[in-house]
Amino acid sequence: MGFVQYAPMDTETVARVARLARLAVSPDQQKAVAGELGQILAFVEQLNSVDVTGIKPVAGVHDDALRQRDDVVNDGNCAADILQNAPQTMADFFVVPKVVE
Amino acid sequence: MSTLTDLNMQQLLVGLQKKDFSALEVAKTYNAAVEKAAPLNAFITTTPEQALKQAAESDARRAAGKAGALEGVPLGIKDMFCTKGVRTTASSKMLENFVPTYESTVTQKLFDAGIVSLGKLSCDEFAMGASNITSAYGPVINPWTGADPVHAARQLVPGGSSGGSSAAVAAHAVVAATGTDTGGSCRQPAALTGTVGMKPTYGRCSRWGIVAFASSLDQAGTLTRTVWDSAKMLEVMAGFDDKDSTSADRPVPSFTGACGQSVKGLRVGIPREYRLDGIPDYVNKAWDDGIAMLKNAGAEIVDISLPNTAAALPVYYIIAPAEASSNLARYDGVRFGLRVPGKNLIDTYEQSRGAGFGPEVRRRILIGTYVLSAGYYDAYYLKAQQVRAKLMADFKAAYEKCDVILAPTAPDTAFGIGEKTADPVQMYLEDVFTVTANLVGIPAMSVPVGLAPNGLPLGLQIMARNWEEETMFRAASALESAAGFSAKPPFRV
Repeated sequence: MGFVQYAPMDTETVARVARLARLAVSPDQQKAVAGELGQILAFVEQLNSVDVTGIKPVAGVHDDALRQRDDVVNDGNCAADILQNAPQTMADFFVVPKVVE
Repeated sequence: MSTLTDLNMQQLLVGLQKKDFSALEVAKTYNAAVEKAAPLNAFITTTPEQALKQAAESDARRAAGKAGALEGVPLGIKDMFCTKGVRTTASSKMLENFVPTYESTVTQKLFDAGIVSLGKLSCDEFAMGASNITSAYGPVINPWTGADPVHAARQLVPGGSSGGSSAAVAAHAVVAATGTDTGGSCRQPAALTGTVGMKPTYGRCSRWGIVAFASSLDQAGTLTRTVWDSAKMLEVMAGFDDKDSTSADRPVPSFTGACGQSVKGLRVGIPREYRLDGIPDYVNKAWDDGIAMLKNAGAEIVDISLPNTAAALPVYYIIAPAEASSNLARYDGVRFGLRVPGKNLIDTYEQSRGAGFGPEVRRRILIGTYVLSAGYYDAYYLKAQQVRAKLMADFKAAYEKCDVILAPTAPDTAFGIGEKTADPVQMYLEDVFTVTANLVGIPAMSVPVGLAPNGLPLGLQIMARNWEEETMFRAASALESAAGFSAKPPFRV
């Protein structure tokens, strides 16, 4: 399986990916960013030449399944700690802009 | 006691034990050293008062016969480790005011062993970079300047991402420092500053409380003056931790015990694919010298092949950004970190992240998001995972023929601040020799072996099999003693 044919990285794609990443990229930055991302993608395209027929993908380096902890409560009563670095709080809550009309 | 800062960790521990000096005296000396090293911009946050308090407590423990393994040793902590009550920025504007309410497992273990913390060391933003220039707190200056006028006239990078750590160790502003290594971030900066940089096997140290970059690659590591010092630190930092599901439940051997052991009969693999085009002759010469040193020490030199070497860097620059884009989704301007108010919640996310992350972090988030997005996932991410499996198979086959692998650490000596920034890929090539160890999980360390004709240090890298750090330390200490690298940078405290 090779790489899909993609259109060269353009400002439209940058805007779409930036939205997916919830990352503001201002219109005047889009062209420069498209150029940089295009260079990176052109570089990683070298992988096109590697044959991976029948190769099982790996997500990490050790084969063993991830260990799971017992499902027990081992902390709590630390609302102040959790909220300490929040930009905006009220009582024991994080405050966000209104999302429901 | 003007020479106190010239002592390495091993010598310092002896002196403390013999009561030649107290931990408090050492801490005072190093607080002054940290101040004197200010022009290097290696620290983001210094903690002189904490250092004095911890040193006094250390002296009390020693007097009570309760000295820990690193009792009274002043260290610098890379600003990727969360430290309770001490600001932890990951060199990002996003975390400018972030003060953790908890301690990372690795730093907790170091504190439990008696260290004194001098402060938090700069790095590339979220550890993404090879020069420390992506830090939101300004570049770190390499204390080395080089012999020729071209080099001497400009400021050089200390490597990255652990550039604050490498610069501070090289300048003797700290005895040693912690680092993190996702694609070479302990080893490459060590090579560029004449210091020792080490990453252990993936899973050897807990990642809990380390700011996450790419979770399948990240490991805690060390920047030290000697191989023994690195072994000593790793003995303390390593070990099982229930809070990291990838932490290995294995005993921690005596790594210091492996230092100085003979390498007679040890099979040292030389990967032929690491002879790259465009690498300066002096890098290859240093490599040849290293081969001769280990051969003279009794090792057997074996020609090996790692056929997929050229694919490692492209694999890395798919997998690392993919994992980073996922990990960095947590910075939403709601629970912690910078918030820039927007028109609505989505706009708040976008504005906060747009303002909080620097250009390299933004690029990696966008690349990562792209390669994971519908229609591209199989072509990029899945393919990279498959080639990663091939790389692992390469090493498995190579380690049938050899016990360790010797290779250059970095493709060249330190470069000038502002160089290699014309396009992002140029900087990525700095990691060409180092990323593979992270992709396959193996322990690897860089040892300084000499100076290039430009007067700047060169390092060589020893890679061992998974969980065989002892073999790595054995080979690295043999290389260290044969090379006898004793050059020091012109800027020293």
